[in-house]
Formats: sequence, C-alpha cells, structure tokens
Amino acid sequence: MSLTQSIDYAAISPPLIAVVTAVVVLLADLFVPVRLRRTLMPLALAGTLGALGATAWLATASTRSTFCLAGGGCSYVADDFATYFQIVVLGALVVVLLLSVPLFDERERVPSGEFLALLLASVSGMLVVAAGRDLLTLLIGLEVVSLPAFVLVGLRRGDPRGAEAALKFFVFSVVSTALTVYGIALIYGTTGSIELHHIARALAARHEHAGAMSATAAAGVVLVLVGFAFKVAAVPFHFWAPDTYQGAPVPVAAFLSVASKAAGFAGLIVLLVVGFKPYADVWGPAVGVLAAVSMTVGNLVALRQRHIVRLLAWSTVAHAGYLLVPLAVASKDLPDGVRATLAYLGIYAAMNLGAFGCVVLARRLHPRLAIEDLRGLVARAPALAVAFAFFLTALAGLPPGVAGLFAKVVVLRAAVHGDVTWLAVVAAINTVIGLAYYLRVAALMFAPSEAPDTQPMSERQSTPVAVGVAIVTVVTVILSVYPQPLLHLATTSIV
Amino acid sequence: MNDVLLPLMLGLPTLGAIGLGIFRLPARAVGTTIAAATLLIAVVVTARFDYAAGGRPQDVVNVRWLPSVDVRFHLGVDGISLPLVLLTALLVVLCAATIRDRLMMSVVLLLEVGMLGTFVALDLVLFFVFFEVVLIPMYVLIAVWGGPQRRPAATKFILFTLLGSGLMLVGFLVIYAATGTFDMTALARAHGDGIAASTQLLAGTLLLVGFGVKSPMWPLHTWLPDAHTEAPTVGSVLLAGVLLKMGTYGFIRIVVPDLPSGAHDLAPALGCLAVAGILWACLACLALARGPHADLKRLIAFSSVGHMGFVLLGIATLTSAGLQGALIGNIAHGVITGLLFFLVGGVKDRFHTSDVTELGGGLLAKLPALGGLLLVASIASLGLPGLAGFWGEMLALLGAYSPASGLSRPLFVTLTGLAAAGTVLTAVYFLAMLRRVDFGVVTDRWRSERIADAAAVDLVAWSPLVVLAVGIGVWPGLVLRVSESAVRGLLG
Repeated sequence: MSLTQSIDYAAISPPLIAVVTAVVVLLADLFVPVRLRRTLMPLALAGTLGALGATAWLATASTRSTFCLAGGGCSYVADDFATYFQIVVLGALVVVLLLSVPLFDERERVPSGEFLALLLASVSGMLVVAAGRDLLTLLIGLEVVSLPAFVLVGLRRGDPRGAEAALKFFVFSVVSTALTVYGIALIYGTTGSIELHHIARALAARHEHAGAMSATAAAGVVLVLVGFAFKVAAVPFHFWAPDTYQGAPVPVAAFLSVASKAAGFAGLIVLLVVGFKPYADVWGPAVGVLAAVSMTVGNLVALRQRHIVRLLAWSTVAHAGYLLVPLAVASKDLPDGVRATLAYLGIYAAMNLGAFGCVVLARRLHPRLAIEDLRGLVARAPALAVAFAFFLTALAGLPPGVAGLFAKVVVLRAAVHGDVTWLAVVAAINTVIGLAYYLRVAALMFAPSEAPDTQPMSERQSTPVAVGVAIVTVVTVILSVYPQPLLHLATTSIV
Repeated sequence: MNDVLLPLMLGLPTLGAIGLGIFRLPARAVGTTIAAATLLIAVVVTARFDYAAGGRPQDVVNVRWLPSVDVRFHLGVDGISLPLVLLTALLVVLCAATIRDRLMMSVVLLLEVGMLGTFVALDLVLFFVFFEVVLIPMYVLIAVWGGPQRRPAATKFILFTLLGSGLMLVGFLVIYAATGTFDMTALARAHGDGIAASTQLLAGTLLLVGFGVKSPMWPLHTWLPDAHTEAPTVGSVLLAGVLLKMGTYGFIRIVVPDLPSGAHDLAPALGCLAVAGILWACLACLALARGPHADLKRLIAFSSVGHMGFVLLGIATLTSAGLQGALIGNIAHGVITGLLFFLVGGVKDRFHTSDVTELGGGLLAKLPALGGLLLVASIASLGLPGLAGFWGEMLALLGAYSPASGLSRPLFVTLTGLAAAGTVLTAVYFLAMLRRVDFGVVTDRWRSERIADAAAVDLVAWSPLVVLAVGIGVWPGLVLRVSESAVRGLLG
C-alpha cells in the first residue's frame, strides 16, 4: 500500500485556481505601486474566469474523483452536481467583483488587495464544499467560506456598523459550526465513518438490524441540519442575516446572499441526500417546517422594512424557505426535489444579484438607501429604475420577471409531486405576501417625486458596476424567455 | 403543421408594447394601427375557422419549450375561445383609439398580449404565465392613471388576484402530479380518467378559489368595485370586458372538462355562491341607485358581480344549456359593460363627475346622443329580450331549472327562483339609476353650461359595441353556433 496519495489536479483545479489567484493578488498588493492597485481587480477577474473555464471543462468531461480511500469512497468528487454549484458560485463572483469596484475609491476606504484576496479565498471554500463528499471536507470547506467572510463584512475602515455586523456574523457562525461539529461527532460515533456513502450504508444497516433508528444518530442529523440552517439563514436561525447584510458593504451582502447561500445548500443537499438518506423520515418533516416558517417569517417581516438592504435581506430569508421546499419531499422522489432546488438556486442567483447590483447603483444617488428615497427614481435614472423593477418582479415571481415565475413553478411542482401539497399551498400564499413588498418598492420608483428634485445625478456611475448589472439583466431576461438550458443543467444526479 | 397566425397575433402587440415603451413614437397612430392589425389577424383566424369542428383546437402551434418540466408552447383556438379572442381584440382597438399617452398605450398592448394569450394557451403552465402577464399592466393602469384612491385600489386588485393565481398554480400542479401532463387538450380528452375523486376535489377547490377571485365570485369580489371605480375608462372597459372573463373561461376550459367529478362535487357550492353574488350585487346596486352618493362607475362595477353570477350559475349547472349561457353571457357582458364604461367615461369627461346626485338628471335632454346610448346600454344590461344580455341569463336559468343528472334538483330549482328574483331587482336598480340620471329635467347647475354631446368620432368608436349588443340579442346563433360543438365536447 502506497503511503502517498495520488491527486487528480484537474479535478481540484477550480478551487486551486481560486487559491492561487488569491495569493497572487495578495502578493501583488504588497509589491505593485499604489497607482497600479487598480489592476488588482482585473487580475482577480482573470483568475475567476480561469476557474470558471476549468469548471466548464470539468462539467463537459466525465466525473473525476480524487482523495479516494483504499476502501472506496472519495472525499472530492467533481460530478455534475459539484460543477453546477461551482458554476453558480463563480458566475456570482464575476458579478460581485464588478460590483465591488466603487468600494476601492477614496471615500469607502476598503483596501482592494485584502478585499479581493479574501473574496477569492472564501470562494475557494465554496468550490470545495460543492465537491466535498465526506463530513470533514465539508466542514473545512465551510470554515474556509466563513472565516474570510467575517473580515469582508467588517473591512470598511472606521465603520462601527460594519464591525458590529461582522461580530454578529462571527458569533452566530461559530455557534452554528460548534453545533455542526457536535452533530458530526455523534454521527461518527454511531457509524464509525466520516465518508457519506459509508454513513448511509451504516445507518441503513442499523435501521434494518435494530428495527429502529438510533437516537444518537438522529440527534446528530438534526444538529448538522441546524448548523446548515444557520448558513442558509433559514428561520429560526436567521437573526444574523439582516444586521450583517445591512452593515456589510453592499457587494459583500450580495456575495453572502447568493454565493454563501449556494455553498450552504450544496453542503446541505449532499448531506441529506447522500449521507442521511436512510433518515429521511427524520429530516423530511423538519425541513418542511423550516421551509414554511422561513418563507412566512421572512416575507412578513420584510413587509415592515424601511431600508432597502434590510428588505432584501429578509427576502433572502424567505427565499431560503422556497429553496428548502423541494427538499421536504424527503424519501418520495428526492432526485426531483434536488433538481428543483438546483434550478431555483440558479435563477435566484441571477435575480438576487441583479437586485443587489441595482442597490449598488442606487447608492450613488441615495447613500442612505431608505426605501422612501427611491421615490421617483424613474425620473432621475430611468434605465436603473426599469432594471430594478424588473428584478423585483422576478423575485416576486411575476411577469415581466418570468424567470422567477418559472422558479416558483419548478419548486411547487416538486412539492406537489412529492405529496407535500400543504407546503405548496403555504408557498403559494407566501408569494402573495412577497409581492406586496416587492411591488411597493417597484411602484415607489415609478411614483412622481413629491419634493421637486434638486439633486441631479451627483456623479458618474461606475462603469464596471453598470456592466455587472447589465450581465445579470441579460441572463435574467434569457432565463425569462428560455430557461431550458438552466433547467437542463440542474438535471444532475449526485454520485 | 405549426400555424403562424396565433404567434403573430401575440407577437404584434408585444413588439408594439416594447417599441412604444422605448421609442418616442406617436402613441395613438402606432398603437391603434397595431391593435387594428391584431384584430385583423383575429378576423382572419375567424374566417378560416372550421365551424363543423369547433370542438377541436385550430391554427395550432405546438413546439417544445421546456422539456425538463414537460412544458410546451402550445396554442390554438376553438369554439369556446374564438368569441373571446375577437371580443378582446375589438375592445383593445376601441380603447387604443382613445389613448394619447405613449406609456399607457404600451401598457394596454402588453395587457392585450396577456389576455389573448390566456384564451389561446393550451398548456397549463403557459396559460398560467399569460394569466399573470395581465397583472402588472392592469396594476400600472390603475395605480398611475386612476382616480384619487387609486393606490389602495390597485394594491387590493393585485394582491387578491395573485392570491387566486397562486392557489390556481398549485391546483394545476396537483392535476399534473396525478396525470403527468400539462397539455390541456390531452387532459380534456382524458376527461378526468386516472385522477382520483379526492384529488379532483382538491384541485377543483384550489381552482375554484383561483378563478373565483378573477371572475369575481362572491365573497371574493371585494377588490372589484374599488378597482373599477378608480381605474381610468380604458382600464374599466378592459377589466370588465375581458379580465373577468379569464376567470369564467378558466372554469369552462379547465375545471369542467378536466375534473368532471370535482366539478360535480363543487357545483352546488358554486351555484350557491353564484346566486349569493347575484343577490348581493343587486342589493348593493339598489342601495347605491337610491342612496345619496352613488358613483355610476361603482354601480356598474357591482352590477358586473351580478352578471358574472349568472355566468357562474350557468357553469354550475354542468349542462349544455348552462355552459352555452355562460359563454354567451361572457360575451354579452363584455360588450354591454364595456359600452357602459365607455359611456360613463364620456359622462365623466364632460361633467367631471360620475356621482348620480351631482349629475342631477335630464341627461337625455341635455345630451341626447350620450343619454340615448346610456339608455340603450342599461336596458341591454338589465336583460331585455332582443338585446344581448337576455340570452345569457335566460340560458343560465334554463340550465339551473334542469341541472345535470346527479345534482340536487330541489337546490337548483330554488337557485333558479332566487336568480330570477335577481333579474327583477336588476331591472329595478337600472331603471332607478336611469330615472335619476337620464330622465327628468336638467338641474340649474348644468343648465347654463355648454357641454358638447358625443362627437361623431365617439359614436363611430362605440357603434361596434351597440351593433353587437343588438346583433347578438336578435341572433344569438352568432355566438352559440360557434361554441355549440365545443360545449358538447366539454361535457363528454
């Protein structure tokens, strides 16, 4: 038996490229002169596009696995499921990088080198989570996601709000990690393995042998679930999200709400579908309740928000609920449920990034970002108002944002198909509550401004941000007319 | 195999809406031309229509769209949808002719896409998409160009309707879960085969609420009076003329053929709610027509609840006569109420109020043409034989008197009696309204003021509706013949 493990570098190329780029950016930041700092963002972007290219190549090739054990089972598997999440995360990163450019100017005082390096480091963790197939890889991946994220949230120098947001995020995240670790320990104790397929087999065997579920393992499953519920900001583990999003720079909030949530879902799905499959009776109803409560609480609280980022934060809590709905089908037709969650996640990524991108643009006109400030936006920035309204209707799931409507159809279809019609009805009623607040904001932008507006466009909009928003707009419009390619991509199976 | 006419009919207004939304084109000329061209396509579709095979979808387009979720881009017209398509295209032309604002024109054309699409869609998801396309334009129409209380009215409209369509979507998905298809033609052919009775009842209940909000069915109608009162004339006309029909069309197109046993179980409830709506609307209108502050638009809006009650009663009978009555009632209500809203809009433009007390009386003396048309339209609306409104009510009552086998005869005969009382009350409140507005002497307030009567342009614009109101009244076969074979197909 060879003691050295052979590593398939092609399989792990996406996270590898991200890490290498992060280090290069950090070093370049030290050595390039200050006036050349602006070249760091294109450097990071090039690295991201490289990783995206590698992922696309992996997606077309057959499944590659690495870090395999002698007894079978691999820790890192670049299958369709993994590459789908990696593409979503890297695509989101491209947009977030473009949105971040205004942060590096004098007023915002965000150090560009550190910011970009941390962002890339966090993304490398997400890419690992998507492909991780044992408990430790998943846990380490998640920690790599979170640690840079704490710093990113509080990176704006001399901003107490940012510091508070970072602290809150940190405390909640650490608690959730502790719970996850404890759950993992319980599961390892019962099954004697950290590899997910082994765990599934061991749990199933115990189930057959003893005729009942092991209470210890069931507690472990629930604890791990709670830890991931923190990550995806599902109620009642969502308290950090609104404060963190509001305190963080807006592009970071966009990053957390899309990429971080995607990573959380990737890990959650792998665990539930592969590792804890025999215990679907335990986690199925729990996921259903989490979904129902997240949607309802997220939407109801969003109704009362006055700050646009807080509103979007609560809306992402509600969307975590929608994303959980198809997983609640548990044992009945789970692959269909996973497909629905994946499809929803892809569409959600596009429309939510679009909404946050519009907030970045609107922030130039209205630094306070109170919803009331958006009144009459159409007169000052017509294109921005139209795009923003488009993304809000998409999030609400209404034409002209048909993409969001397809997303809802896919999710509800999986729920009804999997015999959790009650959850589909709750989700349907929630779309109405959701519409109420999305539409209020959209309508406000088109309402005539009451005070004569003396403040013209104060300064030129940043071109990269506009490009970023344009990209997601095009993507969302395409998804509104012909979402088939995405729905097809989401048709994956987890190995 | 795939026909180009229907996609063209939907594509033209879409392009028009986008073009007018972006470029500074002359609104009225471009918009009316596009609406007229769309109507022309609808007329061509009618001309090519094979009446002998009215139950079969024609001019069909059926292409793969989203194979991952079994959704196809499937369009077609049959005897049930054809009259509604024509009515929609016609009303949009008449509305477009009155619009000067570029963005309003754009919104109305977008509305047209949704309305026409709903009537020609043959895939449940596609139907749902078009059903939803209507919401935002109508919201914008009310919220931007409406009356003083427009915001709450628009919000109420969209929240109610979205609640309905959300539940409707779940209903569709329940059907899909049971049958594995979204194809409306296949579902209608299967006639509920393979769907358990309990599943049919579940899906049927969800759809009852979904379509009931839109129709509107008592007690889900409360958004309608506010929306109508606050909407601009164009909005009111399209809301009453077309949007309400989307609900009843859904009942006829989806609930009756696809869920026969569910429809059978729900028919008594639907019948009772329909008659409750008729009586409720009559009493509300009576109170309005005799009360101190009656808004004409509100009165007509409430009368719509009553008229749609007859349509729903016709559907609830599950008989050929009842469904025929529902279909012709749909068309008649669209024509007559569309006309009434145009006329009240005309009154409001001239007097700057639509309050019965402020108007005083003597409209017929002051403005003979406008007053005369209001008289004709009101009489048509109250269901005088020989005019279009009569046939829908008559056939609905006829159907309710001998409902489909298996439905409780005593219940439906009682409902017939109550609904018949409703027709009398309808006559009472319309005549009361006419007595206060149309007849009598002109009050001092308006006597000295010079107010122009309906211009020739207006008369030309309204004449198609008057002609249809009389034409359908004299020769109901115009509509009934088209839908006859299709209705037989629905009941299997």
